[in-house]
Amino acid sequence: MRIFKSGAVRAITAAVAVGLIATGCASERGKDGDKGGDKDTFVFAGAGDPGSLDPALASDGETFRVTRQAFEALLEHESGGSKLVGGLAEKWSSDPAGKVWTFNLRKGVKFHDGEAFNAAAVCANYDHWFNWKGTYQSSAVSYYWQTIMGGFAKNEDKEAPKPNYKSCTAKDENTAVIEVNEPSANLPGGFSLQALAIHSPKAIKEYEKQDATAKGDAITYPKYSQEAGTVAGTGPYKITKWNKGNKEVTLERFDDYWGEKAKVKNLVFRTIDTEAGRRQALQAGDIDGYDLVAPADVKTLEKEGYEVPTRDVFNIFYVGMTQSKNPALKKLEVRQAISHAIDREGIVKTQLPEGGKAATQFMPDTVAGFSDKVKTYPFDTNKAKELLKKAGEEKLKIEFCYPTEVTRPYMPAPQDMFERMKADLEKAGITVTPKAMKWAPDYLDATEAGSCALHMLGWTGDFNDGYNFIGTWFAGPDKQWGFDDKKVFDSVNAASKVTDPAGRVEAYKKANETIMEYVPGVPISASPPAIAFAKNVNPPKVSPLTQENFAEVSFK
Amino acid sequence: MLRLVVRRLLQLIPTLLGLSVLLFLWLNRLPGGPASAILGERATEAEVARINRALGLDQPVYVQYWRFLKRIFELDLGTSTQTGQPVWDEFATRFPATVELSIVAIGIAIVVGIPMGYLAAKRRGGWLDVGAVSGSLIGICIPVFFLALILKGIFAVQLQMFPSYGRLDTGMDATDVTGFAVLDGLLTGELDASLDAIHHLILPAIALSSIPLAVIVRMTRASVLEVLGEDYVRTAESKGLDKRVVRGRHVLRNALLPVVTAVGLLTGSLLSGAVLTESVFSFNGIGNFIRTSIDARDYPVLVGFILFIAMVYVLINLLVDLAYSLIDPRVRVH
Repeated sequence: MRIFKSGAVRAITAAVAVGLIATGCASERGKDGDKGGDKDTFVFAGAGDPGSLDPALASDGETFRVTRQAFEALLEHESGGSKLVGGLAEKWSSDPAGKVWTFNLRKGVKFHDGEAFNAAAVCANYDHWFNWKGTYQSSAVSYYWQTIMGGFAKNEDKEAPKPNYKSCTAKDENTAVIEVNEPSANLPGGFSLQALAIHSPKAIKEYEKQDATAKGDAITYPKYSQEAGTVAGTGPYKITKWNKGNKEVTLERFDDYWGEKAKVKNLVFRTIDTEAGRRQALQAGDIDGYDLVAPADVKTLEKEGYEVPTRDVFNIFYVGMTQSKNPALKKLEVRQAISHAIDREGIVKTQLPEGGKAATQFMPDTVAGFSDKVKTYPFDTNKAKELLKKAGEEKLKIEFCYPTEVTRPYMPAPQDMFERMKADLEKAGITVTPKAMKWAPDYLDATEAGSCALHMLGWTGDFNDGYNFIGTWFAGPDKQWGFDDKKVFDSVNAASKVTDPAGRVEAYKKANETIMEYVPGVPISASPPAIAFAKNVNPPKVSPLTQENFAEVSFK
Repeated sequence: MLRLVVRRLLQLIPTLLGLSVLLFLWLNRLPGGPASAILGERATEAEVARINRALGLDQPVYVQYWRFLKRIFELDLGTSTQTGQPVWDEFATRFPATVELSIVAIGIAIVVGIPMGYLAAKRRGGWLDVGAVSGSLIGICIPVFFLALILKGIFAVQLQMFPSYGRLDTGMDATDVTGFAVLDGLLTGELDASLDAIHHLILPAIALSSIPLAVIVRMTRASVLEVLGEDYVRTAESKGLDKRVVRGRHVLRNALLPVVTAVGLLTGSLLSGAVLTESVFSFNGIGNFIRTSIDARDYPVLVGFILFIAMVYVLINLLVDLAYSLIDPRVRVH
């Protein structure tokens, strides 16, 4: 008995002692570490790991959030807004045909590895992307290059898009000229994309030695993009470490930065993949800020004294109709009836965070090209019933798919939003068959393949051009919508070919009016996503495009 | 002994082969695929087709299976579609975290559970016994993730005594030698890192230990009670043998046999508990990775993981048998 007792007691005492020492040490470090006292390190939590330290290989927000602090593109968006302004190029212009883009570059800019930034560096980047081979030509790797500039110098895949990029010329040290084959609605917006940010030519030479490989079941990213050693941009921070085991990317202030220097010395991005986990980490004082705040948490956090700025609206939430799936949807009256049947204002009031707006068209009012003159479909159950009667579809039965276990910036609570809309539609006499699906990949696959008569989806813009919204859906036949209407497609495509910016905005307005006459689906709402910061933080200006510049952050 | 080890290791081959066939057939019946996981929500059908072609997912199932099998023999589990890195590398980064967590959890369960079970049996009917029995019942009933949430809410968020997530503090970076943060800190003399890692391990390990602890308390108690009633114990005691010797060598040794088996199985099952605990504490272990892999339909990771777990189970069972033979010499004879 004694042996055991004393043994057990000893073991427990030892365990407790080790625990206490650890607690003591760690809390001590916490005091002058990350729990408020350390003004040298700002820790921000995102929902997912970045995929690559080379933004050219990525297409997701979590990657761009990290790389944006270290890499700059020719153009940028104004801090806190969506207006295009100079980035690494102070000024830019295009010829009237929209094919020759001239960039007057900023002087005195240095890369993190000491190389000088100049026109040759710009061309080295664009030529590097244009000459990508093999796996780099897969759209999984070079999605944004292909979206903005088309294919490659030598397309290896027959289905790769036709190259639109023609050449880049260093006219002199500080003037770069980029030529494209055809004018594109994606320019100049595309020049601001993080995926087309400029890297040091010395680093690019190292990049070119490494291949991305497609082996087995997936694409393996090149080594340089997974370790902080090689990458070098011109941004206010340089990436110094990616600790995958600890899920953290560390950035350090770049003292030779051409612009205003970062206020906090170290910037750390950590991954906490659950919403509750991020909120609790902030409340526990383990992090200084996080993104993708659940709308339900906004008020609670504000009450507790946290800074919870909301971004301007730059997304759209809609109910899609797939005409090929349910023939009744081919009738204009039925589509109009469904639009009248849904109470958008009700959804905005009950489901969206403050600042949410009911939508009248397939883009938010913050995007150039938004029209005040579109045909609107105010909530009117009787009108809906009337239209259904007119169409001979009084006993309309329709399947309505919705996703589960997901929160999107435009769709905070899909199931609740679905329930409201279902009730609205049923009031108008429509029998709704609900179909719940897991977001990825089931729901996304089903909606993409056009196998849901009604479904709900949304979109957050990449840059402020109407094509980035309506071009995504209505530039041509798409299974998701299951219709083929030349008038709609022509109106969108016509706008994309106008090179004069003011003229293009007008053309987008017209396209929006045409689309809403046709009413292919029901634009529901646009909502402002929130981002949270600790009480002692002066947050950066929040960006509608989720392009926050963390160099602006400081501690109180 | 050697024959036992070799036989067990040979058993691995048909087990893994059978499993791999089952897994492959099952996975191929699931909708969706890695293409949509890679390309995201705006991929067009043509893009999905291109990816599938590039990855060889458009080929017949048996071709895919054969390729997969060949790669296993080459010890290549493929590449994670989520991270674009080899599955082995991903496992290598995360597995030590889970092993570390499981060792601490099972350690807590053994160090606390065996003495508690023993004492409960010795003082049957007393307050300690009642406390241990009802406490273990609660331990079994409370879902692991719920306990994890409660512990985190109180000790990390409210009292801020422990970190709320992760394996190490921000910027704390133990030099990577073995991947086990606590051990690495000790090996490289970075004691700070070791202590920090322990600090991060305590809450999740307590949560994870709840079920094994409860099971060990109950099993030890029942087993000790049974042995105490055996004739040979009474004989030994009546012969006037030292009580310490009787309890140490006769009672405990024999009572521990079923407990050792249980510990082995519990260690295996800890991995499923780790999925939940690691999620709550954003602990970068294999459990959390599997959860995200299920969400993302990361097939190579899931297939690799299940095969790997099968291997771990066989090996744990082997270790249990070895431990058994050390405690009970009769096993060695057979």
